[in-house]
Order: sequence, then structure tokens, then C-alpha cells
Amino acid sequence: MIHSLFMINSAGDIFMEKHWKSVISRSVCDYFFEEQQKANSPEDVNPVISTPHHYLIHIYRENIYFVAVCTTEVPPLFVIEFLHRVVDTFTDYFGDGGESAIKDNYVIVYELLEEMLDNGFPLATESNILKELIKPPNILRTVVNTVTGSSNLADTLPTGQLSNVPWRRAGVKYTNNEAYFDVIEEIDAIIDKQGSTVFADIQGVIDCCVKLSGMPDLTLSFMNPRILDDVSFHPCVRFKRWEAERVLSFVPPDGNFRLISYHVGSQNMVAIPVYVKPNISFREGGGRFDVTVGPKQTMGKMVESVVITCAMPKVVLNMNLTPTQGTYTFDPVAKVLTWDVGKINPQKLPNLRGNISLQSGSPPPESNPAISVQFKIQQMAVSGLKVNRLDMYGEVSKSSPKKSFTFEKYKPFKGVKYLTKAGNFQVRT
Amino acid sequence: MSNGGGSYNAQNDSRAGSTGEPDLGTEPTGGFFSADYKKHDDLKQMLDSNKDNLKLEAMKRIVGMVAKGKDASDLFAAVVKNVVSKNIEVKKLVYVYLVRYAEEQQDLALLSIATFQRALKDPNQLIRASALRVLSSIRVPVIVPIMMLALKDSVVDMSPYVRKTAAHAIPKLYSLDPEQKDQLIQVIEKLLADKTTLVVGSAVMAFEELCPDRVDLIHKNYRKLCNLLVDVEEWGQVVIINMLTRYARTQFLDPNQQDVIADEDKNFYGDEDEKDSEEEEEDEEKEKTPPKKPYMMDPDHRLLLRNTKPLLQSRNAAVVMAVAQLYHHIAPKSEVGLVAKALVRLLRSHREIQHVVLSNVATLTTIRKGMFEPYLKSFFVRPSDPIHVRTLKLEILTNLATETSISTILREFQTYVTSSDKDFVAATIQAIGRCASSISEVTETCLNGLVGLLSNRNEYVVAESVVVIKKLLQMQPDSHSEIIQHMAKLADTITVPMARASILWMVGEYSDRVPKIAPDLLRKMAKNFINEEDIVKLQILNLAAKLCITNPKQTKLLCQYVLNLAKYDQNYDIRDRARFIRQLVSPAGEKGALGKHAKKIFLASKPAPVLDSSFKDRDQWQLGSLSHMINQQASGYSPLPDFPAAAPDPTVRNVEVPMPWAEKTHKKKAGKPKKEAFYSDEEEESESESDSEESSSSSSESGSESESEDDSKSESGSDKDKKSDEEAESSSSSSSESESSSESESDSESESEPDTKPQKKAPPPKTKSSTKPKKEAKQEVSLLDLDDIDVSSTSAPVPAPASALDVLSPSLASDLQGLSINDKTDTAISVTTPMFVSTTSHELLHRMTGEGLSANYRFTRGTCIYSTSMVPVELTFTNHTDSPVSNIRIGDKKLQAGMTLQEFPEIPSLPGGGSMSVSIGIDFKDTIQPANFQICTQDRKYNVSIKPPVGELFQAVTMAEADFTAQQSKLTGMNENSGKVSIPSQHNNSKTITARMSELANVAPVPSSQDGIYRFAGKTVSGGTLLLITVKVGEDNSASITVNCELMAICSMLVKEVKQKLSLA
Repeated sequence: MIHSLFMINSAGDIFMEKHWKSVISRSVCDYFFEEQQKANSPEDVNPVISTPHHYLIHIYRENIYFVAVCTTEVPPLFVIEFLHRVVDTFTDYFGDGGESAIKDNYVIVYELLEEMLDNGFPLATESNILKELIKPPNILRTVVNTVTGSSNLADTLPTGQLSNVPWRRAGVKYTNNEAYFDVIEEIDAIIDKQGSTVFADIQGVIDCCVKLSGMPDLTLSFMNPRILDDVSFHPCVRFKRWEAERVLSFVPPDGNFRLISYHVGSQNMVAIPVYVKPNISFREGGGRFDVTVGPKQTMGKMVESVVITCAMPKVVLNMNLTPTQGTYTFDPVAKVLTWDVGKINPQKLPNLRGNISLQSGSPPPESNPAISVQFKIQQMAVSGLKVNRLDMYGEVSKSSPKKSFTFEKYKPFKGVKYLTKAGNFQVRT
Repeated sequence: MSNGGGSYNAQNDSRAGSTGEPDLGTEPTGGFFSADYKKHDDLKQMLDSNKDNLKLEAMKRIVGMVAKGKDASDLFAAVVKNVVSKNIEVKKLVYVYLVRYAEEQQDLALLSIATFQRALKDPNQLIRASALRVLSSIRVPVIVPIMMLALKDSVVDMSPYVRKTAAHAIPKLYSLDPEQKDQLIQVIEKLLADKTTLVVGSAVMAFEELCPDRVDLIHKNYRKLCNLLVDVEEWGQVVIINMLTRYARTQFLDPNQQDVIADEDKNFYGDEDEKDSEEEEEDEEKEKTPPKKPYMMDPDHRLLLRNTKPLLQSRNAAVVMAVAQLYHHIAPKSEVGLVAKALVRLLRSHREIQHVVLSNVATLTTIRKGMFEPYLKSFFVRPSDPIHVRTLKLEILTNLATETSISTILREFQTYVTSSDKDFVAATIQAIGRCASSISEVTETCLNGLVGLLSNRNEYVVAESVVVIKKLLQMQPDSHSEIIQHMAKLADTITVPMARASILWMVGEYSDRVPKIAPDLLRKMAKNFINEEDIVKLQILNLAAKLCITNPKQTKLLCQYVLNLAKYDQNYDIRDRARFIRQLVSPAGEKGALGKHAKKIFLASKPAPVLDSSFKDRDQWQLGSLSHMINQQASGYSPLPDFPAAAPDPTVRNVEVPMPWAEKTHKKKAGKPKKEAFYSDEEEESESESDSEESSSSSSESGSESESEDDSKSESGSDKDKKSDEEAESSSSSSSESESSSESESDSESESEPDTKPQKKAPPPKTKSSTKPKKEAKQEVSLLDLDDIDVSSTSAPVPAPASALDVLSPSLASDLQGLSINDKTDTAISVTTPMFVSTTSHELLHRMTGEGLSANYRFTRGTCIYSTSMVPVELTFTNHTDSPVSNIRIGDKKLQAGMTLQEFPEIPSLPGGGSMSVSIGIDFKDTIQPANFQICTQDRKYNVSIKPPVGELFQAVTMAEADFTAQQSKLTGMNENSGKVSIPSQHNNSKTITARMSELANVAPVPSSQDGIYRFAGKTVSGGTLLLITVKVGEDNSASITVNCELMAICSMLVKEVKQKLSLA
């Protein structure tokens, strides 16, 4: 399936390669570079490139191209999804999946790649299992390692692979047992010039941080599960229970993971929490820029971390603006205006106005740039989704000759946090 | 076997590549050659030292070199020595190195083989597995026989992890020595029969690489694969689904081919229930196999569709896509729609995933328009999308355009046209053109819009518009002369060659509509002829020729002039064209035979271009495949076969040992497209960490350590240790969930009676069906009838156990005997007739609101005639007026998601004063959500709603007391609810309590051996969830009530109601 993997940084250097079958010369990447030259931006490179003997499938993340080389028919999504999983694993291990992190930890990276694929077919991709095979680096251990000269490999071989809960490692023990759930909802919207909604949609995820001893079995129920229209689950969730009772019942992986992602039915009207009143006009040699932001349907919550970005047309030379609140920057190379508004005070609406100067001689642009908005609202899920309760069954008190330790029931600390933020929120002007 | 050949070639290729590689590797370091050499020297020293940390440091640096693609092959000898290192870390890195370079230094690599052979016998499964992995990864042909031996050993290894690695080794071995194919296929056959979820994915992968056309290997495993699918790891799922798609295309009939015939007598089999029962009655069906009967979906075909459906909810995009393509290729038309939602969900994912999904959606939209129409807005373009995603979205929007949605789409397109990305604008304009051509209603509007764009300041926009307008006008050239005029004028300003060419062509073609402008245009063009692009020159020639024919007076000379210019053009196409035209239009001598027909030749009416989706032809590829993405055949792609005309023998999929209970479990399970986790729900309570681990091994193989412990324990102390019994129970029930437990154990000798007994005895509440056959095994005749009533639609006569016994393996036979003996003591849970049927009816429609028509409903507590998951409700209509009410029927239904309502046949007329009863069935899905619907008469509609009392959601079942307590012990914790109540003394007797309880809910009393304890059992109609009620009457008339049920909401409601009921004076 996946024959080889090349990692290419933004400068075009192939800084790491790994082959799972026979070795493929790195010259195969020339086809990729050819394709890359044609594209305007790094994102624009076609993810699937066909060459005479190989097929190159790549993803672009963290400013690195991960180029997988295949020689035979394979579902492209299979490869893409796997590559993303690889980067996720790196991020999980090193804090970020960027080039420097990979270079610093090349041995671990190499070992990880070795474990994740065998003969081009995925072997172990669950982070919990991988972490048992290969310990993630941390500062303390690095210090210890330099002193003692040991590395990050697990000293003892794990048994977890055989557990029938493949995503959870066995023998987890914490002194502080805690389970946190973050319900994060993102509003995707397209708002037209008049302020009416062209398209709005709520996508949500529940991210968890579960640190519980033993094999806890959790049940999470919602007050109003019916608003979830389409869901996708972490493999740990018992689909049957969800179908029958609309509760999430699962044995969680250890640590951070995404429990479900969901989509809220489009028949529900989406409450748009902010409005943007843009007034942008161009004329010969210059133009006016005047944008006001205000809260709309916020259910009494404060709209925070509002950031407004606007990619101006190429002919814009500079902008001279005055904000009533926050700071603004204009990048004259990328032509991107960023206005960091901060909190919106309903009494005094933030406003940014001023002049635009255009390149002399060039005609004023015909269309106005779209504005994209970022914001956050704490303690609110815009769809109205509410977690009802979380129950735990952590009984591990069976005496089995192999596992002699027993846990008594413990009371975990539980917490649910709600957050609404802008996803792909765009205002056409 | 293009696949195998391909990979072999590829290997040769790359081997060639790798020999060239060292040069490449050393080249950049050439400048530091001496330094590099030294460096290697000290690496060698470090490797030779006897300190582990030095070795490790050296290995790390070497791996770094390998990772950067630098050549480190000269260190081979030094490294390979360390393969015997005790240090795991060093060892691992040596493995990495070995796999990379062994091919180049085969002789030296052989030194390491002995170490691996030893490691293959290691007690630690991970060491065994990694030894096998490395051994099979070093591509040294000499060791093929050794690898083959190791492989054969590993396939029967007791650790599934080792077996998985063995599956991965198969393609490696095959690419090394294709002559081993036959032997390897035998190995694959063994692996395919494996029951462990960990292994099957990799086994199918090996199958796909080696022998994808050996369908005969799949037959026996087909049902197992379908049933295990949800529990296989994600990557295996993708491979299995793809393989099963192809399998289904060779084994089943096309579900869509006979739509027409199907309509004729729909009543017979159109009913879903009917279909279900058909599936169950597999054996029967086999006997009658009607060759020429209308299409009936093969039960195995249905099984596949059902078991893949929950995977649409997977977090892995590849799995979702795989299911989508499966549905697209083998599902009946009506069911394909349900994948749309999942595909749209994927659009939120990474941009690369978006790209692939969108291009597949684009293909789908060319064939199945309606499927994505509701999600139209999800395909709206955002400024942040990369260009390839935008183009695909445009494509999809265009494909989706219909009369109703076109206005939205066009409005959207209008905003795109103002984008600053010119390529995108051009693509949008073409999309508008396609919409205009496909939907005649908007052609005019689009044309006007495009003409408006002609005055755009951006030249590309104008040019693109011109090209598109040209195409549109060609379809309906009448009455658009003013547009042509307008465009002719544009020729002065516009510089884009394609647009100029289009204008010229158009003016030439319709010169009769602009008789004055055309010659003038030609004059202008002639002036500038030499500076034009080739494509424009050709069109000038065309224009000249056409005008010369239609209007020779004015243009003859001009035409000569242009032809002369062209005669000396640099481009020979143009010279050729000029010569050709000259002969036709103005020959030197007299007009030839062709010249006479010049007009016909040049001014023939041309067919309008068809603007088709560029994805139209992609349908030939299997959806989601690489070939589909690149629109050409990828190596190793095998096209999906067409459905066979006649279905091959379905019996090949039967497993030799027809295990009635196993079969039944599957069937019943499959009825609900639900994920069956590794462990059943009951486990939550009864299972500990340790045995949850064990259950996997028990389901797979009886050999693994933990399992044998478990076995021995239950063997030795089966009665003394109730807990361990329970443990075995739950683990075995969990295995029976996902696969046929007994099947999986069939070859295990260590299996003993005490061990199997609880397995059969304690049915988990939900898998009621799994117990039923067992009961049948005991008293086939008497219970079969009951069975037919109870699950009329899902149950089927089961082969008599006697016949089953004939073919059973000895150990199984003993299992079965043990089972029947044990069964004497316990009775399974079976549905029984209700104890009490209420005669009071509730009002549905008052006669005042109903304008003389009233309706009442009553819960009859019988078995619903429509479906077993429905609660039967009797509706009584009474006409209080004098005149008859006609056409009484059920109108719009507003039901909660998942709920279904089976209507009654329309009452044609209800005479004045008359009344009539009909029955309907409602599947409440075990909730007390009201079912809202409308009752319609000929001219009126009334909104009504039926809210079920909680007690009506149940069916009474009978069970033994022992069963009851066993079940109860599983439903503890959250699933238990209790309360206290005092019963008035005059009612504190068994009769009243029983009567009251059965009045309250459709439950049956369980015979109790203790005084003062009353037990009642029931199960929910829709989900089959068990309900257990215990009333313990203590002294002074106080009673404690305990209700156990998995549905917590129902649990608490029932407690409340029982309290109320019992405390009634």
C-alpha cells in the first residue's frame, strides 16, 4: 500500500525518508516539485499526483509536505487519513509536528513510523498503544537520558496490544482521578452583504481529557441528544447504546482524545452571535474602510477574542486606520488586514475606520474583499446541547491470579466546559 | 494477477533505483569525504565497544543517516554483529538498519538469521512478532524457505498479534519469490478462517495482494467477515469493505435491475418484514430457490449492507468512503441516499480529504442528483478554499442545479464572479454556461447575466464570457442578433485569442443576422492579420470564406487578400487551411465539384455543443479508488465486475456446521444496524479489567495464557465460585455477540462442560434470540409454534438439532449434549400472552373536535401483526352524525426520529351512527414520546397524538426464577431503581398485587419460591430490552420495589407508577 514516505519542508529539502518495502529513489519527488511549482500557494498542490511508475499522495501540514509513494491501486483516502494520523501522533508526542520537532526527535520518529506501518499496511496507530511501545519524550527524561545514556524505548514490552480494548492501555493508575469534557461548537457561516445568512451550520466536537485509574466505563448522557443530527464516534463509543438510548457509553482511552464530532441539524435555526457592518469602497487611488462589529444573539454571554481578518486586493498599498478598540495590523506583503478586537462591549461598539491607499495608476478593484471573523463565547454551546450527567463504573475488584491488584471505587473529579467559537465564519462585502 | 506482477516489477524497478542510490547519497557529502570516513570509523569503534550506551549512541547516529537518506551501508558488518545485543533499544535500531540494507549485503545479512530463528521461539509474543517482521522484511531470496517455515509456524501461533504479523509477511514473501504463491494461498486460507478481529483485516489485505480473484476462499468466511466488521480496526475495515464490494458484485444479483418487474406484485415482497422473514428462512429458501421469480435480495447481500451501515459513523474518512462506495455499487437505489450525510460530514475535515471526497461526490452527482440536493449549501465556495477544492465545488453545484435550486445557485455564482482569483472566475462562468444549457428556464437569464459580464473591466472575465455565450447562442441562435452585434464590437478591444476566435466564428456563422457588421469586421481583422494568434488567424480565414460565399460582392477581394496573407504564414496549418479554402471558394479555374457545394460545406448547421460534466466518464472507475482520482487505470486496479445475470449458488456461503444459535444471533443482530462492541453492555457491571482482556482471547483462541487460566478455574471450581462463573458467562456472551461463540470454540479441546454451560445458559437480556434455539433444541415441537407467533417476521424454523448433531465435531456434540441436559433445569425467556388486557380505551379524537367523528384507542397487548417491534393499538372510530364519513385514513405523521407507525387500510366509508375498529402498529422505540399524526377524512384533517403509558411498551415474558436473579444481578447500578411503598392491608395478597402489576404493565409473573417476593418480567417491544420488577413485601404492609432495566428513564418512571398503583386503597 504505502511504499515510502518523504518529508519535504517549505524550502524544498527532503529532510527525512522512510521506506517500508524496497527503497525508492528520492528522485521520485521531482514530479512533486514540478507540480508544486505550478501551484500558487502550498495548499493548492493537488493531493494526488500520478507519475509514470508511482503515485504520490501527500498532505500539507505544519509547513511540511508528507509525500507518500504508492505503486499500486490504493484508496487515496486511506493514505491521506493515515498520513494525518502520523502527524497527529507526532503532535501528540512532541507537542508540535513541525520540522524542528521531527528533526530533534528523529530516532523516535523513525521508530514510530516503523511501528505504525508494516509492509505499507497500518499496524498500530492508536496513540495509547504506541505510547506503550515507545515512550514520548519529556524534559525530565531527556535529562535522565543524557546522564544515564538510555533512550526512550520502553524497557519492558507491553501487553496492551492484546487487550480487547485496543485504544486503552492496561494498568493505568492515577492519584488524582479526573475526567474533563470540552464541548466545543463551531459556527460555520456565510453572511451576505445585507447581513442576512446565506448559510449557517453548527459543527461540534467533544474533546476529553480522561485520567482515570483502571478500566473505567463511562456513560455520558445529554439533556437533548436529539439535536445531534449526524455524529461520528471514537471507536470506543458503543454505537448500539447510542442508537437505542442516545447515551454515550464507552471505555475511554487514557489521556486526551476526541470522543465524538457532530453536526447539528440544519433545520434548527442557527443563532448568529455577532454581526459585522462593513463599509468598504474603492475609488481611483484610494478608498474608505469602515467596519463595525456588534453582538447579535449571544444569550447574555460576552463575545471574546474577536479577531477580524480581511484579505485585501493586491492593488492595496497601505491602510491607515483608527480602531476605537483593540489593535490592527496590515501586512503589506500578504495584503492581510488583521484587527484584534478583543471583547465586544455592547454599549460601545468597536469600530475600525480609515483610508485605503492604492497603487497609483492601477484601477480600483471591482469587488470588495470578504471578511472572516473569529470569536469565542465561553460557557455556551450555541446549539443548546447540554450534558446531563456522567456516570462511571470503575470496578476492577475481581481477583484474578494474574492481576492481583485491586482498586476500590474512587470518586473522580468531573468537569464539563462549553465553548462556542467561529469556525469558517465569513462575511461577504 | 496484474497485481502480483505489478509489485514484482515495482520491486525490480526500485532495486535498480537503490543501486543507483549510494551515488546520490554520497554526492552531497563528497566534499567531506575524508571527514565522513573518519566519522564512520569512530562509529565502528563505538559499535564494537562493549558498553551499551556507546552502541546506542552509534546506532542513533546511524539511524539518523538512514533517515536523511545518506548511505550507511559500509557499516553493515559492524552493525549486524549487534543483532544479538541484549539491550532492547539497540536491538530495535539494529532491526531498522537491517531492514534497510540487508538487500544490498545479502551474505552478511545471513549472519543475523539464526538470531531471528531463536527469537521466533521466544515466550514473549512481541518478540516473536518483531522477529518475524524483520525476518520477512529483509529481502534476501536465499532465506525464502526459512521464512516459509517461520510463516507456517506463526500462522498457528496462539497470539493474534503474531498471526497478524504473519499475515503482513505473506505479501513480502510473495514479492520475494512469486513461485511460493500456492503455498502462500494455503496460508491465507488459514488466516481468513481466523476469528480474531485483529487478524482478519490483515488476512484480507494479504488476500487482496496475492489472489483477489480467489472468491472461493471468501465464501466460507463471508458471513463471519460481515459480522466481525464493526470490530475490526479501521484500516482493516477499509480493505475488507473494498474486497466485499467486489465479492458482492460477483455473487449477488443487481438489486436495481428488476425495478420494473418488482412493481407488478409489490405486495408480496415489497414489505420489509416479509423480506426479513425471508432472510431468516434461509434453509427453506434454498429449497425453493425460484429461478425466475422476481428479484429478491439475497439475505447475505442484505447482511453486508446492514453491517456496514454503522461504519458510516466512523471517524476515519477512508472507512466512510469505503462504505459509501459499497452502497453506491451494490445497494438498491433507494438506500444509497443515506451515505450522503456522512460524506457531507467529511467536508469539514482536512483539505486533502475534502478534495478526495468532493471529487467522488462530483461523480456521484452526475448519476444520483437527488442524493445531495438537500446539502446544496454545504458545497458553497469559501474564499479560503484552495483552488482545487473550489473547482470541484463548482462542478458539484453545477451538477446539482435543478429548476428549483437554480436561482440560489446563480445568486451564489454571481458572488463568485467578483472574486479576485481569475481562474476561479473563469470556471464560474463556464459553470453558469452549463447551468444555462441544462436548464432551459434560465437560459435567458444566464445569457443576460453573461452579456452583462461582457462589460466587465477584467479581460479574462469578458473573454471567458464570450466563449460561453458562443456556446449558448449556438444552441438557440434565433433572436439574439443584438448580442452578436455587441460581441462583434468587442472584437476591437478584446485581446484574449480564444475570445477573439469565438467572436469571429460566431459572426461568420450568423453573418446573415449582422449583414452590415460582418464585412466590416473582416476588414478590420484583415488589417491586423499578421499579428494575430494562430487560432484567431484560422477563424479569420473561416470568416472570410463564409462571407465570401454569402456576400461575395462586398468581400470577395477582402477574402483574396486574407488568403494571400495566409499563404505565406509561418504555421503550416494556416497555409493548409488557406489552400483548402481557396480551392473551395475561389478556384483558379472553373468551379470544381466541391466548389459547387461550398455553401453546404461551410454553412451547414452545426450541432450545438453538449456541455457535460467532466466527471461524467469517471463512473467507470470504482468509487473512492485511486484510479478514479486520477481518471486513469492505476497499476493493480481491477475493474469492478458486473453483477452476474443469474446468482451463483448461495449455499457456498453456508458454514459446514450450521449452528442454529449462532446463525440466529447474527440474523437477529443484523436486524439492527448497531455497533456491537467488543463487550456486550452487561459487561459493564460484571466485568473487570482483567476479564475484559480475556474475553478477547477467549473469543479467539483457547490457547492464550489468560484464557487457559480462566478455563482451568471454571473447570475446577464451577460451583464454588459463582463469580468466576459469571465472568466466564459474560466473556462468552460477549464473544457470541460478535461471532458465533461455539463456532469459535469448536476446535478447542480444553473446552469443557462447566465452561460451556454458563455460556449457553445465561443469555444477555438483549440477545434473547440466542437462547431461543436452545430452547427449541429441547422441545422443538411445542415451542416452535409459539416462536412463530412471537417473532413471526424474524424467526425461522431451525434445522432439527438431530441433523445438526450428525455433522458436529465430537467436542461440539458433547457441548450440545451438555447443553440439553442443563437446559432441563432452566427455562429460557419466552414471550407469553399478556396476563391482562385492558378494555378501557383512551380518547384520541373527541366528537366535538372531530365534527361528529370520534376515535378511541386501546392497547391490545397482543403481538402486532405488522412487525414485532411495534406496539399494537386498536383504533375505534365512531360516527356520531347521520351522514356517512368517508375516506378515513392516517395523514401526515410527525414522529420522533426512529419511530415508525404502520397505518391501517383506509376506511372507505363509515355510515352514520356506525363504528369500526382498526388496528395500527407503532414502534415507539422504547420511549414514551407521543406519536403525533393526522387522521384525515375526505375533507378534514385532525391532529391527534398517542402517548403510550410506560407499561405498554413491554411484552410479557416468562422465565425461571434462577434466570431472573441471574439477569437481575447484571442489571445493577444505574440500571436499578428502587422505592418503598406501603400497601393497604386489604390488598396485601398475591392475587391483587399480581393483578395490579399486570394491569399497570404488560409483564408476567415469575414463579417465586419465596413468600412475600413477587417477581415480574417483561421485555420492551421495540428493543427487546429486559425489564425485571421485584416487589418484596415486608412486615407491616410495607413493600420495597426494585425495577431493573437498561433503559434508565423507563426504570425510574416505572418505580413511580408501581408505587402509585400498589398504594391505591
